[in-house]
Amino acid sequence: MQVTVTVNGQEVTRDVEPRTLLVHFIRDDLLMRGTHWGCDTSNCGACTVWVDDEPVKSCTYLAVQADGKSITTVEGLEKNGELDPIQKGFMECHGLQCGYCTPGMMMVGRALLDKNPNPSEDEIREGISGNICRCTGYKNIVAAIQWAAEHPVSTEASEVTA
Amino acid sequence: MTAVEDTPSVPLSPAGNPIGFGRMPRKEDVRFLRGQGNYVDDLNLPGMLHGAVLRSPFAHARINSIDTSAAEALPGVKAVITGETLAGLGLAWMPTLSYDTQAVLATDKVRFQGQEVAFVIAESRYIARDALELIDVDYDPLPAVYDAKKALDPDAPVIRDDKEGKTDNHIYDWEAGDKDKTEAAFAAADVVVTEDILYPRVHPAPMETCGSVAHMDPVTGKLTLWTTTQAPHAHRTVYALVAGLPEQKIQVISPDIGGGFGNKVPIYPGYVLSIVGSIVTGKPVKWMEDRSENLMSTGFARDYHMKASIASTKDGKILAVKVDVLADHGAFNGTAQPTKYPAGFFHIFTGSYDYPAAYCNVKAVYTNKAPGGVAYACSFRITEAAYVIERIVDCLAAELKMDPAELRLKNLLKPEQFPYTTPTGWEYDSGDYEKTMRVAMDMAGYEELRKEQAEKRARGEYMGIGISFFTEGVGAGPRKHMDILGLGMADGCDLRVHPTGKAQVRLSVQTQGQGHETTFAQIVAHELGIPPEDIEVIHGDTDNTPFGLGTYGSRSTPVSGAAAALVARKVRDKARLIAAAALECAPDDLEWELGRWYVKGDPSRGRTIQEIAMDAHGPLELPDGVEGHLDAQVVYNPPNLTYPYGCYICVVDVDPGTGQVKVRRFIAVDDCGPRINPTIVEGQVHGGLADGVGMALMELIAFDEEGNNLGGSFMDYLLPTSMECPDWELGETVTPSPHHPIGAKGVGESATVGSPAAVVNAVIDAISPFGVRHADMPLTPANVWRAIQGSPVRTDLAVS
Repeated sequence: MQVTVTVNGQEVTRDVEPRTLLVHFIRDDLLMRGTHWGCDTSNCGACTVWVDDEPVKSCTYLAVQADGKSITTVEGLEKNGELDPIQKGFMECHGLQCGYCTPGMMMVGRALLDKNPNPSEDEIREGISGNICRCTGYKNIVAAIQWAAEHPVSTEASEVTA
Repeated sequence: MTAVEDTPSVPLSPAGNPIGFGRMPRKEDVRFLRGQGNYVDDLNLPGMLHGAVLRSPFAHARINSIDTSAAEALPGVKAVITGETLAGLGLAWMPTLSYDTQAVLATDKVRFQGQEVAFVIAESRYIARDALELIDVDYDPLPAVYDAKKALDPDAPVIRDDKEGKTDNHIYDWEAGDKDKTEAAFAAADVVVTEDILYPRVHPAPMETCGSVAHMDPVTGKLTLWTTTQAPHAHRTVYALVAGLPEQKIQVISPDIGGGFGNKVPIYPGYVLSIVGSIVTGKPVKWMEDRSENLMSTGFARDYHMKASIASTKDGKILAVKVDVLADHGAFNGTAQPTKYPAGFFHIFTGSYDYPAAYCNVKAVYTNKAPGGVAYACSFRITEAAYVIERIVDCLAAELKMDPAELRLKNLLKPEQFPYTTPTGWEYDSGDYEKTMRVAMDMAGYEELRKEQAEKRARGEYMGIGISFFTEGVGAGPRKHMDILGLGMADGCDLRVHPTGKAQVRLSVQTQGQGHETTFAQIVAHELGIPPEDIEVIHGDTDNTPFGLGTYGSRSTPVSGAAAALVARKVRDKARLIAAAALECAPDDLEWELGRWYVKGDPSRGRTIQEIAMDAHGPLELPDGVEGHLDAQVVYNPPNLTYPYGCYICVVDVDPGTGQVKVRRFIAVDDCGPRINPTIVEGQVHGGLADGVGMALMELIAFDEEGNNLGGSFMDYLLPTSMECPDWELGETVTPSPHHPIGAKGVGESATVGSPAAVVNAVIDAISPFGVRHADMPLTPANVWRAIQGSPVRTDLAVS
């Protein structure tokens, strides 16, 4: 069946099997490989994307459920050649090692900051608790999100990307 | 001392990076942050087909027949391969890394739940999985060996009846140390403490599962295999041996790897099946396992049932330790460790203490469980060894009513004893253990914690403090003693400095997140003065890198790091000859400063490494015997392992009503010698500490009486999240390895090795007022509660 979604600001229409998972739609149909797959059961969060600005685990969400909606993936974080503060934070604070959980972590981290620009450490830990990282022990991920909170996008930059 | 201190400042490059050791952002991050990593599942080759594996629902069953006709008839299915197909090609069985055999696809029997039975190749991953449902396998279920302790019972079903003459489930007996001397020490001791200690079966569970894309070019006969491997060169050789393929026609590429932790050392049937699939179809074939397949069929870790005894004087001087191990290896002996050491480096269990006698014996058995055993950042079983010694030392402290810190301080090896030969034959290279322990105790505020604990106990609150002091042995290893399947554990390194002074360094090891692209550039920068941003690190491609055994057991820095330093020094020596020619002086007249050879006594006359690089490629007349260009290669054969160590202190709060454990603090002081990039070292330690919390409190693959795997998804196999992990507190001491070119010891697995004992010791300390001296991992709320009630359980088996 036909699915029309807006992915990182671009509208796309594809024919998909009704059972196609959103993660496979993004990776195999749209050939955007930044979103990873990790567990099948919504436990690890490697596949986290935004559907209408809400983080969703795309391994347990059908592509057809996203019809008419807006999807944002890790590839959509960078704006006009400028990394999002969350991306910069992960680099500044060594918030990633193998890089596999990183896109999902950044998507939940960014979403958290959009709702709560100055989260406490506990709020950050709770915010990322649905995403598993096997490399970092989370400390530097927490620090990366704190860094991003301390270095928000400037107003000027926001206007440019708006 | 409250935090890790930065290494002394080194000159900064124009990009602001240290020209040598120090903190710098990772070079690899830019692609990962943009979603531009290149993992195996990201590959999408023209005409690529997708494979899926049918797996056994039974732990032990005879296969009567397999009907693939309905699957083959499904539109989009290109081929279905069974064990019978493979048997015709001589590929139904493959060697393991322990000289055993493992079924690629089952022919006669299935021997564990999740074993590979058939392989479907189809146009899409969905069709391939649909087809699995259409394969009809007729099984006769057999009784399963689900308990290692019953594997050698006379009436136990024989699992490996494929092996001629095999009438039991015994694999090997292995021993180390001096049994008679140890028994004599025990006989003369004032105090002897014995405990049954289980290190249950756990799984590395990297976020990226295992997989491969195989492309056998039907015209050239060249096989290209993109695969999740920590050891691309070793894999290439094994494929050549298994499949009879010419090794020069095999290219193994290990692209970005989403975590390894030892899970990606073995060769799995799926990799072989993707190769066979490509040969059969003439197309590239991708196989990516799902999470359940990863947890149920690939390399598990531990599964050591240990009876440990410790002997001491009544004032706490340790005299001897012995450990009796029953090792559950699953259905095939698929462990990966140096050939001479079937139990890996377990015999380093004597730990960090000074005593004269020790003995262990290890009996390994087959069970109807997945194969594996050496994985999950264990440094070839040092995880089990460090756990058992640190646990039994705490048991001794309890028996003696001594503070566990005091008992350790009384017995730690002293700096003047190094190099120290242990009772089981290891030669520890360097250490100042008491210093490290004192730093950890100071950071923790140990005395204050004990006071707080006493106050809380008086109020009926249960707080625990756990200590672990571990010694690791990493960097396998001297090729005289260490090989895997006959391949000596030495590693090559090539360095080319281009005419403009930019360099490429080629490694045999393969990063899975350890940051090699950054740290190896820093090692070369440290030796040559070329900025790290001007040095490209090339790895993970057998056609483009020198041979070596890969990354596991924390061996990258101890082995390949040494190779990188030495190859850079070789280039530096050659640069001296070229500089002498350019400066028209004798090489002996030149002195080195970072990045430059200059004339002694006249520092203004010199040539930078960049200028020398151009000279080396230019018209300058070179002295006799000096070839042009500025490159070198080395193969590094380590003279010994390196021995990093550390002291960890964990503070927990336990709710006695629910058994819930909260890890409140965790202090980790590591000594891994000089730190190439302290930020990366700290990251490695953080990750290992999380592993320790996970294994101590949550992670477990248990089995029921039918051999069903009870940890087959992340719903059941619980991993630590940000909520279970505290804000790690790190410290360091620096004791260089005397035999490593830059003194570095390796650190990747230290925290995984050292931390579980600290967490368990803390929990047991917390609940010791209930009379508990030991309880097995994982210390889930239920298990802690049972221990408090005085009814401990076998955590490795389902409780009915």
